[in-house]
Amino acid sequence: MTMGLLLDFFLVILALAAGWWTIGAKDSFGAAVAFVAYGLVLALIWVRIAAPDVALTEAAIGAGLTGGMLIGASTRLESAKQATRAGGVTRRLAIALSALVAAALALAVLGLPHPPPSLAAAAMAALPPTGLGNPVTGVLLAYRAVDTLLEKVVLILALLGTWSLAPDRLWGGRPGRKERRNAASPLTLLGQVLPPIGIVIGLHILWVGANEPGGAFQGGTILAAMWMLAVMAGLVDVPAISRTWLRLLVVAGPGLFLIVGLAGFVVAGGFLAYPPGFAKPLILLVEVVLTLSVAAILLLLLAGPPEREPPR
Amino acid sequence: MNAEVLFGLAGAVLAGLGLYGLVADPAPLRKLLAFNLLGGGVFLVFGVVARRGAAAGLGGDPVPQALVITGLVVAFAATALAVALLRLLFERTGQTLLDTAAQERTSPDQADG
Amino acid sequence: MSLVRDILTVLSVTAGAFFFLAGTVGLLRFPDTLTRLHALTKADNLGLGLVVLGLALQTWSGPAVLKLAVVWLLALFSGATVAQLIAHRARDDRPGE
Repeated sequence: MTMGLLLDFFLVILALAAGWWTIGAKDSFGAAVAFVAYGLVLALIWVRIAAPDVALTEAAIGAGLTGGMLIGASTRLESAKQATRAGGVTRRLAIALSALVAAALALAVLGLPHPPPSLAAAAMAALPPTGLGNPVTGVLLAYRAVDTLLEKVVLILALLGTWSLAPDRLWGGRPGRKERRNAASPLTLLGQVLPPIGIVIGLHILWVGANEPGGAFQGGTILAAMWMLAVMAGLVDVPAISRTWLRLLVVAGPGLFLIVGLAGFVVAGGFLAYPPGFAKPLILLVEVVLTLSVAAILLLLLAGPPEREPPR
Repeated sequence: MNAEVLFGLAGAVLAGLGLYGLVADPAPLRKLLAFNLLGGGVFLVFGVVARRGAAAGLGGDPVPQALVITGLVVAFAATALAVALLRLLFERTGQTLLDTAAQERTSPDQADG
Repeated sequence: MSLVRDILTVLSVTAGAFFFLAGTVGLLRFPDTLTRLHALTKADNLGLGLVVLGLALQTWSGPAVLKLAVVWLLALFSGATVAQLIAHRARDDRPGE
């Protein structure tokens, strides 16, 4: 067991170093790269504390999407004037405040109750009626499905907020600039070869999510990444946000989830309750449509507000 | 010292580090990075709570784990919106300072956007 | 049989870790972008391959070995592409050409 603890210690040192580098790097680009490293180390730590589902999400969302988006932002904002450093008093106050908060959190960690409270037994007891084998998926889609539904609503709200930043004349147009397709570029090859493989892997992660680590969000993130790769290589363009099919795709997953949830009042006696015997097919159907919606929403969040005139 | 305590303390330090960056660094993009760093630390503390709740044949309590997954997604949504706002601010003013007084001092001619 | 497999795994993973170390040293010590890329891609591809080989010997089941092989091939492919992109960029940025 000491070998394991040594590895954990090493991972903690790496996470702290990457975190320190994120805060202390000279330029924003370096800080964003450090943040990606931080996210990947955190994903390894999540594996060490027996949370592989969280590790997949951390690697895909925390390190991949958030990190990629912030690297992109740091290069776009490169020409921005460097803000002046905070004054000495502000810094000293910030150090005192953050040390206080860290100490309070550390005390809370050291003072966690014995024996630890756990909902694991309750979550496992709720699992057999759903027909699922992965308790985290069970919690996300049955036991605490309302959280997952609201999370998708938050994603749509963030997308609406992003779109609403567009000036009136660009409303309904395409986000981002058109990337030029260059047949000689290796990116074109990657954009042609990788997406078919990536789509299979994304669907695989969605499918095994019922019984093993994985699920709708992790699968959808891989699909969005493949779509983004094809966009970056100039093979496809981001669709105009006025397209009806795109808007339907965005709301299809959460919409279906909501309909199934409301139908629960009639057929199963409660919001987001599944009728006995139909739980697994319903959950799978919701997950498949959610995956497609998540892929579209993530791509559009990465692409940003519309920047080109809408098609006439 | 066991692994849970070690990771819990690491989470506390990371949260403090993120909070420092969030307060002390005036550049909005760096604040965003620090905010996500802070989130990672808090999630890690939560993950330790999940790990301690291992029972019923599971390696950890799945309820906090599912909440962390939801939290990661919501943090991403907030970051995406913040990046879009920041890009708009940069396009309108040519800089990304949040302090309006400092903006007027450095670029009086671009303030009308 | 399992002892032989364990020994092979230790050897393979250790060799893989050595290549990662060599690649990282090269990344830190080499003078310009192209030589640094050379160190990184060559060493990491081989290092990851050896680690994957060592792990495949441990799992010893068809689907898991296949997944490990896919991980290595995808890393090889994307690593090679990114190295090309960075190298193109480095050549274009070089002054006087």
